[in-house]
Amino acid sequence: MSQETKTFVVTRFDPDKDEVPKTQSYEIPVEGDWKILDALNYIKDEVDPTLSHRWSCRMAVCGSCGMNVNGEPKLTCKDPVSNYGDTVEVAPLSNFPVVRDLVVELEGFMEKFKAVKPWIVVAKERAVEEGTTRQSPDELADFKQFSMCINCMLCYAACPVVSNEPDFIGPAALALGHRYNQDTRDEGAPERNEIFRDEGGVFSCSFANECSEVCPKKVNPAGAIQQAKLRNVLDWAASFVVKRGGKES
Amino acid sequence: MVDVFRHDVVIVGGGGAGLRAAIAISEAQPGLSIALVSKVYPMRSHTVSAEGGAAAVAREDDSLEMHAYDTVKGSDFLGDQDVIQYFVEQAPKELTRLEHWGCPWSRNEDGTVSTRAFGGMTTKRTWFATDKVGFHMLHTLFQTSMKFGDIDRYDEHFVTKLLVDDGDCRGVAALDMRTGEMKAVLGRAVILATGGGGKVWPFTTNGNIKTGDGMALAYREGVALKDMEFVQYHPTGLPGTGILITEATRGEGGYLLNSEGERFLTTRDYGVGTKAELGPRDMISRAITQEIAAGRGVKVPGKIGQYSHLDLRHLGEEKIDSRLPFVRELSRTYANVDPVHEPIPIRPVLHYMMGGVDTDIDGATELGGLYAAGETACVSLNGANRLGSNSLTECLVFGARAGEHAVQYIQGAAAGDEARFVAQVEAEASRVEELRGRRRGGEKVSKVRESLNDAMEAGTGVYREQASMAKAVAAVAAVKASYEEVSLDDTSKVFNTELIAVLELANMLDVAETVATAAVNRKESRGAHACSDFPTRNDSEYLHHSLVHHTPEGPRFDKKDVTLGVWEPEERKY
Repeated sequence: MSQETKTFVVTRFDPDKDEVPKTQSYEIPVEGDWKILDALNYIKDEVDPTLSHRWSCRMAVCGSCGMNVNGEPKLTCKDPVSNYGDTVEVAPLSNFPVVRDLVVELEGFMEKFKAVKPWIVVAKERAVEEGTTRQSPDELADFKQFSMCINCMLCYAACPVVSNEPDFIGPAALALGHRYNQDTRDEGAPERNEIFRDEGGVFSCSFANECSEVCPKKVNPAGAIQQAKLRNVLDWAASFVVKRGGKES
Repeated sequence: MVDVFRHDVVIVGGGGAGLRAAIAISEAQPGLSIALVSKVYPMRSHTVSAEGGAAAVAREDDSLEMHAYDTVKGSDFLGDQDVIQYFVEQAPKELTRLEHWGCPWSRNEDGTVSTRAFGGMTTKRTWFATDKVGFHMLHTLFQTSMKFGDIDRYDEHFVTKLLVDDGDCRGVAALDMRTGEMKAVLGRAVILATGGGGKVWPFTTNGNIKTGDGMALAYREGVALKDMEFVQYHPTGLPGTGILITEATRGEGGYLLNSEGERFLTTRDYGVGTKAELGPRDMISRAITQEIAAGRGVKVPGKIGQYSHLDLRHLGEEKIDSRLPFVRELSRTYANVDPVHEPIPIRPVLHYMMGGVDTDIDGATELGGLYAAGETACVSLNGANRLGSNSLTECLVFGARAGEHAVQYIQGAAAGDEARFVAQVEAEASRVEELRGRRRGGEKVSKVRESLNDAMEAGTGVYREQASMAKAVAAVAAVKASYEEVSLDDTSKVFNTELIAVLELANMLDVAETVATAAVNRKESRGAHACSDFPTRNDSEYLHHSLVHHTPEGPRFDKKDVTLGVWEPEERKY
């Protein structure tokens, strides 16, 4: 059986040594069922130990190994080598500063993530003795899809707004905020909606839908943002009606 | 000079146990400063990969006593019964708390939390969020932790050493992976929550980060590792990758079949009785291994070894999609099999370490100010064999307890002599600097790691025997020697993953040494430790925990009493 080989053209950048990123080619044998991550790990272990990339679970749930493969954002542990021809380009995710090689800077995202208050907001914490909250399967379904995000950043690499407007909170974080707004256990929607209405919030989204197309977990952040826009408008209108009506206490 | 960061408590590890500890501290005494140090961003922690569920009594037909008994029996009577009692009492409270924090538990039609069957559990007591329970628990904890302003995260910081002076632990030396600089992160208590070390073995469900770091850090400071010989082989890992297929597949009604299509757990005596596929993991893994040895294994083209079949077809597409969607995704993506139409080839795969840093029921170790929780620790909940779905709950129950006790501890604890800790970090900085890009005559990291993996697979598999374990002890010592000659290529300070890998390899070697040492000293079969040449349990000589201490002359083996209680050891048969 003749072993198939492919050439991986990998973006390299070491801030200690390089002014700008360069590429390095590795021709390596590949197995038929490999993912792109397997090829990178082969290079790291067998050819060039200086290659830096993040990975851990290799089962598409920890979200570490997002990269651009032939220009498209991919979760590399899920992306089959067999989808590509003899030459495959692997680069860091677009729209992020590069730390080194295929490792990108996540601090900006972490701030946006926190900004949407991704936790249950309640006026009064429930005591454990009160037991679990009732929530019907339908109520769960209202937010479940939006709770499936693994923070892999593919949607930020794909989003045309993120590339033009660095302050845009972005698909994953907005979808997460909306996930909490949709949860029957949460009372934080008024606070989050203020954030959503601000500059960089949901109304910055141009509904290009690129985020939902690249999402490896079918979270559909674009759908979440559209829902959030609508809910925002309705909540704003409702609050206006209440205010005008005067006494509501 | 290294930079110094001062906190009240330092937590190492941002998975289920570490995050729960951080929240517990914040709640116990708001205003305390907490450092959460992790070599990855917390949402990458391996808790994320847990699939099937978390155990806690929730139903009318269940009781705390039944959960406790199931756990004691599952542990093959090596679990400490006071710990188990406390665990089952706290479990429902912890899972309820997580519900209040937003965990999307799957629901019954009436809106109550749904539970499913799991191996070795008498009734349905495993709470679940489809089959991504670890993912949802981890993200719920991480997101909730963000509302506490006193938790300072040190993401992508690799801890190289515990700072210890005069018997007290007061912080850590941490390598900032972004800059390559060492930091002194000080606190009057340190909690280790770094998970297990599954990467010591070649075929494992564990992610790349599971390198036994916390165990090795404690071991080097003289803290005993306990019950290290007990490592869990999960019955159902995918060919090649070892990716986990959850026990919930069997909880939902899946069958295990041999090459003849026979449901061997119902037709042959493997000790699981009418539990069949819902027997405990140690027994099911042995049954699969025996079926393969008897010539009834399934071959998978292009893959090493032989397999059994996990058959879910009779569950139907609707149930598979609603209860086990991740299993379908994983099977299709990583085994090219759609479980709706075909059985999934699986075989036992290294999954979990029952052993770990020896702690008491509060998570305290023998070193002042040092705590441990979760898979890193051995609080003696799981004994010789853990029941599936007890470990996610364990992270919460004992993460919280370690956090609360650390808060009590620091009230009377002096900060110590800062200059002495800083000096330790400076020494670490020199050691790491020397290691980075070091050229020696030996192999590269990946080759030395492979040698370790091979030694541990040969000596500490589903079945062991004295000769193979003794060989593993010698082989690990030889690999340790070759580590000194390991040759490195990457001289960069920024995100040097080769440097991290060589530091992790040192941790894996220490963990492996304790596993092999404890294993060869237990001449009986108990739980997951199945010796071909000592096939029965021997309570008169071996009803004790194993302790391994690090000494300059090599590992020292000791024993520790098991805490019994309501239940006296009896034959473990289902």
